[in-house]
Amino acid sequence: MDHLNELENQSIYILREAYKNFKNLAMLWSIGKDSTVLLWLARKAFFGHCPIPLVHIDTSYKIPKMIEYRDRYAQEWGLNLVVGQNKKALAEGMNHEKGRIVCCEALKTQGLSQVMEQEGYTGLILGIRRDEEGTRAKERYFSPRDKNFEWNFKDQPPELWDQFKTTFAEGTHIRIHPLLHWTELNVWEYIEKEKIPIIDLYFANEEGRRYRSLGCAPCTGSIESKASNVREIIEELKDTTSSERSGRAQDQEDTYAMQKLRARGYM
Amino acid sequence: MKLVIVGHVDHGKSTLVGRLMADTDSLPTGKLDFVKDICDQQGKTFEFAFLLDALEEEQEQGITIDTSQIFFKTKKRPYVIIDAPGHKEFLKNMVTGAANAEAALLLIDAYEGVQEQSRRHGYLLRLLGMKQVAVVVNKMDLVKHDPEVFYKIKSEYTNFLESMGVTAREYIPVSAKLGENIAHRSENMTWYQGPTVLEMLDQFEDKLPEVNLPFRLPLQDVYKFDERRILAGRVESGTAKIGDEVIFAPSNKKGIIKSIEAWSVENKPQTIEASQSVGITLTEQIFVERGNIATLASDPPIVTTTFDANVFWMGKKHLQRGESYLIKLTTQNVECEVLRFNKAIDASTLETLPDQDFIAKNDVAELTLRTRQPIALDLFTSIPETGRFVLVDDYDVCGGGIITGFTPLSEIDRYRDEARYRDSHWIQSAVTPEMRAYRYGHRAAMILITGKSGAGKASLAGKLEEKLFHQNFQSYLLDGRNIKVGLGADMDQEQYFSDGEAVRRFGEVAKLFIDAGHVVISTSNAFNQEDHSNISLLIEPAPIVEVQVTSDKFPKGKPDMILTLDEAAEHESAVQKILDYLKDKKILTGHNYSI
Repeated sequence: MDHLNELENQSIYILREAYKNFKNLAMLWSIGKDSTVLLWLARKAFFGHCPIPLVHIDTSYKIPKMIEYRDRYAQEWGLNLVVGQNKKALAEGMNHEKGRIVCCEALKTQGLSQVMEQEGYTGLILGIRRDEEGTRAKERYFSPRDKNFEWNFKDQPPELWDQFKTTFAEGTHIRIHPLLHWTELNVWEYIEKEKIPIIDLYFANEEGRRYRSLGCAPCTGSIESKASNVREIIEELKDTTSSERSGRAQDQEDTYAMQKLRARGYM
Repeated sequence: MKLVIVGHVDHGKSTLVGRLMADTDSLPTGKLDFVKDICDQQGKTFEFAFLLDALEEEQEQGITIDTSQIFFKTKKRPYVIIDAPGHKEFLKNMVTGAANAEAALLLIDAYEGVQEQSRRHGYLLRLLGMKQVAVVVNKMDLVKHDPEVFYKIKSEYTNFLESMGVTAREYIPVSAKLGENIAHRSENMTWYQGPTVLEMLDQFEDKLPEVNLPFRLPLQDVYKFDERRILAGRVESGTAKIGDEVIFAPSNKKGIIKSIEAWSVENKPQTIEASQSVGITLTEQIFVERGNIATLASDPPIVTTTFDANVFWMGKKHLQRGESYLIKLTTQNVECEVLRFNKAIDASTLETLPDQDFIAKNDVAELTLRTRQPIALDLFTSIPETGRFVLVDDYDVCGGGIITGFTPLSEIDRYRDEARYRDSHWIQSAVTPEMRAYRYGHRAAMILITGKSGAGKASLAGKLEEKLFHQNFQSYLLDGRNIKVGLGADMDQEQYFSDGEAVRRFGEVAKLFIDAGHVVISTSNAFNQEDHSNISLLIEPAPIVEVQVTSDKFPKGKPDMILTLDEAAEHESAVQKILDYLKDKKILTGHNYSI
């Protein structure tokens, strides 16, 4: 069996375990390539249906094309879309100039926390991957968070033979990561194989620039590239040695930025 | 290929991984400089190990606390390295890493020699079923590249592994720090002719899906998102195709594969095989649920409640007799207990801990487990995927094990054989079950009201029978005592209840009522959980609905419906609840008055 099939089978298994074991599940859809692949895999796992609601955290600073794309496919694929936004923080003028980590925490982490509370979700499916950055490399497929949303990365449950932690003390919520074992290259190869419609911000524009990772407009840089379709992106990635999130300003804010953000509930 | 690197703390695992990445040009641009900068900021000398230790805490203590995964590639293929911690405290992380790998490198420090975790990790690799292991003797630079030191360690560790029946593929002397015998051959160890670490890695074989073993498809879930009723799961071993008759274990129900479902594929698949996540539909709608394993008649699995296993324990509390644990084996979740400890072992020395009726964290044991309900399994040596399990204590996965033997459950086998023989020799009536169901407005079913004595089961059962009767349903209250005074009159009381004859006769009588299309109601106190599953074997494929009357926080077994003592005392509403449930489960379908 080829490698992409193997990855697909494993992710579908995890999605089905999640759906069977948790009642109030939601899936985070950032509109980026990873969570869109995840959505595609859910439709595979559930035979053309997506029985899990999709949550998009709209910081209001997202690149406008992302919202257009989101609304189009939410309708076309008959998705149950829930949009979350930290309106209070925005009303008080939160933006990246107050500090990137402060802003991420208020608009993304808090925005997410609010929508989870409001909808009563106890489980959240995310498209993070181990190869993205150091702290994500240490994640589990089923990763508990305590009632304060915190991640205790020093005491994580063992995970063996695809038996996951599915029983919890009251107040715990769970993050589920079906794409953990994929790489950036795998994601693009799968997009090509399955012909998944992906947002065109990833493709080089007339000025020869494209996004490699998508986020808020002020904090996400484009890279120089000639790759204007999925095949060309795959070729480009095979030769690159720069890291995927190098365009994401919050990661570079200080040495342990991502660890600090993630221990407090960031995706 | 997925690789795990294990060994005693400080024997140089992270350094080896960092070195492998650097020497295969697998580091992202700037990563090396980024880590070097951090070292400068913190006033430390750069080490390759820091490349991996992306978490603050790890750098402060200088030890890897969790499994992290790193990607690199050789000319032959891409690798994922699982860097597992060597500190004793983090054994569960080591196990997580090693259980997911296809091959293992076990590191031993040439200067310190074989240590506690070197042995424990070796033992666990065997327990986890790891077949491809190479031993890497690191820090050869600290012992002046002396072959004597290397051969001494090789001989000592070979003896240790052989005592467990394991052979390492290779012993490789290296210095990860200096990059000797990792990607490049060492000029200081010309006496060593074997492969470098990278050459060794490329010799390991990829794990192939177990397509040649017997077919096993444990069900994860049953989906009814549209008109299809899809049984979903992952094929753990073997193959099957459309038209095959599958037998579900442990329930013993049967069906024929009608279709293999898939979304967004050009052609619908005709066959399924090991490692695929699939969905099938059956030609007939039978009631099966998560936990059942679809198999083929030619190679049935073992169904039992008692089996032997080798278990490792990671829980804070001891694993001991008299406690109840949850066993998770494929998608089966069943309560179990330790029947006896055959041998408790200190995993760091492999010494037997005499007369010990428990094992502590980080130790292992050979033991016999007993489950509350029959469970379908295989020996680990025949089918690894259905021959291993984890144990859950409270909310946590605390142990894991592999199955080495089993005790056939003669009683279960007897009922199964009896049901099989009877069903194949049964004279079928011209009036089919479907015709009866259409006329009566319900399917045949058994409703078992359980609970402690004095809970009000008998009066509730009587009301239920009456209500169903007045609604024109065929209901019959089958009292175990009535069977005993008549059918059981040839045996004395003790004998009647002790060797399962009471259950057998009750089950066979119930089967006749079921065949006549009735809703059979029973309340007998004489039957326990095990008896219920035996009765279920005798009357299937008709469903048993268990209504438990209890005010306990944790009900016994897995009742379909729970009524508190107060709820059950309100007969009118309690009966209504049961009727609603039966309608919901499509047992009561309603009369067709156009007949």
